[in-house]
Amino acid sequence: MSELRELYQSVILDHNKKPRNTGEPEGANRSAEGHNPLCGDRLTVHLVVEDDVVRNVGFVGQGCAISTASASLMTEAIKGKPVEEVERLFDSFHELVTSDPTAEVDPTRYGKLAVFAGVREFPMRVKCATLCWHTMHSALEGAGQPVSTE
Amino acid sequence: MSFDAERARKDFPILDQSVHGRPLVFLDSAASAQKPQSVIDAVSHLYSRDYANVHRGVYELSLRATLALEGAREKVATFLGASARDIVFVRNATEAINLVARTFGRVHVGPGDEVLVTHMEHHANIVPWQMVCEEIGARLRVAPIDDSGELILEEFEKLLSPRTKIAALSHVSNALGTVNPAQEMVRMAHDRGVPVLLDGAQAVPHGRVDVGALDCDFYVFSGHKLFGPSGIGILYGKPERLEAMPPFLGGGEMILSVSFEKTTYAGVPHRFEAGTPDIAGAVGLGAAIDYLESLDLDAVAEYERELLAYATERLREIDGLRIIGTAAHKIAVISFVLDGVHPHDIGTILDQEGIALRTGHHCAQPLMERFGVPATARASFALYNTRSDVDALLAGLRRVREVFA
Repeated sequence: MSELRELYQSVILDHNKKPRNTGEPEGANRSAEGHNPLCGDRLTVHLVVEDDVVRNVGFVGQGCAISTASASLMTEAIKGKPVEEVERLFDSFHELVTSDPTAEVDPTRYGKLAVFAGVREFPMRVKCATLCWHTMHSALEGAGQPVSTE
Repeated sequence: MSFDAERARKDFPILDQSVHGRPLVFLDSAASAQKPQSVIDAVSHLYSRDYANVHRGVYELSLRATLALEGAREKVATFLGASARDIVFVRNATEAINLVARTFGRVHVGPGDEVLVTHMEHHANIVPWQMVCEEIGARLRVAPIDDSGELILEEFEKLLSPRTKIAALSHVSNALGTVNPAQEMVRMAHDRGVPVLLDGAQAVPHGRVDVGALDCDFYVFSGHKLFGPSGIGILYGKPERLEAMPPFLGGGEMILSVSFEKTTYAGVPHRFEAGTPDIAGAVGLGAAIDYLESLDLDAVAEYERELLAYATERLREIDGLRIIGTAAHKIAVISFVLDGVHPHDIGTILDQEGIALRTGHHCAQPLMERFGVPATARASFALYNTRSDVDALLAGLRRVREVFA
């Protein structure tokens, strides 16, 4: 039961209920669509990128608590950050949710995103947490191809 | 005869275990059913005593394996009210539909023609037809359903036209549990000269199916949903239909003679069974049918109806729970959504309570769209489920409500 509490921490439940940065921000110049064929969830991430900085970000979509909260927290984490730093965050988030569940998580490295450490105990749910990040990454790269978790 | 679910439950060894420290409550039989010990033993016995390739050797083991395989074909035929030569072994219902689409479909469907399906089809009964239609320049038509998840028969009838070359219809919906009036639909189609394929994957585990009474041209199902092994499925075809169809896959087993100039194909059903078949799968399926035949199937169906009524009533106790699929005639499948909680989260929390239930689109995305939901949670019951499984589900859903309070 404690594992469940780890997964559904209050921060996650809060961001699920009241997701931040939803919708398409004005002046969005990058976007990508993400798709999880396993559950049928879809998500679009819009970015305003200027001078190699993510000035604004928003997302549109419907998903489970983990995927909604992850998208919401991601937007907070990357807003205003240089693209280079956002790319680093993308890598470390992936590392966080796929690392050994027994490994200690350094809260100073992940900040608020550390709440997703609980996902490690639920391998079937890792894709829920990473969908938005992959979608955002694809938007940054401007690949234009819809992202799939499969 | 009557039916004792508690006793039947003991025939399924997998059910006797704990998951996450809770007794396992298995509510996903519509995806794949668990296997009775007799099926496991039959597969094990074949591999320990009687295994060799079939239809090949003149030696004893090959003969035993061949008899076991062909014996299983007989059992399937009897079970469906057909004869053995109408029964083709395939991998699953999906492969059976693809076989018909690629052989019968390609011969009979021409440019501008139509293939008719319903809005409640599994992807397996949409995509193969879509592929063939695209290739040929034909059109896929969809018979609509109402808000309860029942087919609108008048609309279905209207869609049957001289252009309709085949109707491919689910006997029972996997996502909603709706039982279609298959016999009536076949009659309507035949009145207009339209052949019918029935997808029986969800129908056979829940009651007697008589292909003669249904009068369908094709009937398909998967062994693993009928308490048999995965990897074996059945295509039934009316003899005159199968006879007129070209082969599907080429290879060994499906030929009479081969030279580099010309190959003569075997007769039915072997013409459609290229290569070494899933011998153990077929034998296991035969054992599953033996198991079912040892029960009073009418009593089982009655038991499942009562269980469905009980589960439906109990689920209505949960605030904000909406059942998707409320047809008058259903098998024991309940798809539902819960206000403010995504089905995936329901699934994860229930899993921690030892409850296995399917969440997602159930390979029926057009149907999910029809009901305006991205996904549902689906509890599906089989003959080994009991009221205490329903009670556990209720307790689990209350727990979901707590977590998402």
